[in-house]
Amino acid sequence: MSVPEPSETPVSLTTPLTDKDVLGLRAGQPVLITGVVYTARDAAHRRMAEAIERGEELPFNLRGQVIYYVGPTPAPPGRVIGAAGPTSASRMDRYTPGLLERGLKGMIGKGPRSEEIREALKKHKAVYFGGLGGAGALLARQIRTVQMVAYEDLGAEAIRRLEIKDFPAIVINDCFGGDAYAEAKARWRK
Amino acid sequence: MKEVPAAEITAKVAELCIRACTVLPPDVVAAIEAAREREESRLGREVLSRLLENARLAADEAIPMCQDTGLAVVFVELGEEVRVSGAHLREAIAEGVRQGYEKGYLRKSVVQSPLNRCNTGDNTPPVIHTEVVPGSKLKITVAAKGAGSENMSRLKMMAPGDGVEGVKSFVRETVERAGASACPPVVVGLGLGGSFEQCALIAKKALLRSLTDSSADPAAAKLEAELLDLINSTGIGPMGVGGRVTALAVKVETAPSHIASMPVAVNLQCHAARRAEYTWE
Repeated sequence: MSVPEPSETPVSLTTPLTDKDVLGLRAGQPVLITGVVYTARDAAHRRMAEAIERGEELPFNLRGQVIYYVGPTPAPPGRVIGAAGPTSASRMDRYTPGLLERGLKGMIGKGPRSEEIREALKKHKAVYFGGLGGAGALLARQIRTVQMVAYEDLGAEAIRRLEIKDFPAIVINDCFGGDAYAEAKARWRK
Repeated sequence: MKEVPAAEITAKVAELCIRACTVLPPDVVAAIEAAREREESRLGREVLSRLLENARLAADEAIPMCQDTGLAVVFVELGEEVRVSGAHLREAIAEGVRQGYEKGYLRKSVVQSPLNRCNTGDNTPPVIHTEVVPGSKLKITVAAKGAGSENMSRLKMMAPGDGVEGVKSFVRETVERAGASACPPVVVGLGLGGSFEQCALIAKKALLRSLTDSSADPAAAKLEAELLDLINSTGIGPMGVGGRVTALAVKVETAPSHIASMPVAVNLQCHAARRAEYTWE
């Protein structure tokens, strides 16, 4: 099957994501994400993995959900959140397959994922989005509400429920094995 | 003897932490603007435009440009004729970091030990490098070092026979391995020579240099230019979207080393190259 060239115009997506949403996305496609996403990074992932190991419920139902790898700065007065850009996704690779098995459909982070994750995305029809690393002030403007969900003691690393609106990202790894970073590099390499 | 009260150091360090995290230095802004001009990739230009917009927004609204407000790495040049009064210099600096990260709504990103991973809650302790220098000045530079680029940095004890070509391959490999994780366009601090620990330190110090200068050593300056071209031929581009600008600058620092050694340290710095300094004259 030939994979169509990604469009330059962003596609709007609303969470939670369905199989149909994910099947329509190709690596390199810019997107604007609206809806609920959950924050989680290193420490929260470790706790979720431990909970799974113990056979416990996770703090939120993963089905169709999107996790945003972010540890925001504290919200100054009058704001819902501080700076909130993506962190490197590769550190979460070791925990991700177990979450995909439980229905996780999308992740927002930055930087490459492992071969194992790219395969798992194909198997579970899920997608990895790359956000604009180091643009935490700008991206915070797309976050409308913030609610604490779990692991509050972890501070910046706690799980929070965010309502985002037109949050810009690019599909890095689609569910067909596409890899936008590898494709971009090959295109521009001298 | 010149006396500097510890309380003054604390207040200034707090201010430097906040300034470093909210205001991108002018040379870095200029380098990103220049990068946008020469970037051939449309997506790459768009990324650079957003980074500039982000920097403007952060400075205008006094919010951190990046959520990873880093580990506070503090460089001190302490004149031999300077005396700090009222508290120990290290305590004064640590207190400044504590206050700055609290008042500035900066993220507390320090764990007490890798063995317990307990957050210290106030972003202390900072990493402090003190150098005693002649004279009566005290200069303090605060660099907020995020983990995205720091984690992708590498040190290798190469063999003298690996030569400059070996060094170039190692630098290129380090940047390629990092990809978008290091938040390109990066600044590359390259330490060559010295001992194991000195090599890493000079690589970090290289990151404090202005993005507009070149090394005073012609051989190092030549290597800086060649490495910049090499890195920018990888195609990684701004935030990995593809393009011609993967690095804004390469800074090389050398140190004498053992006849059997060639330590090479590559300290990567993300595009949010945050540093702020103050000098007591």
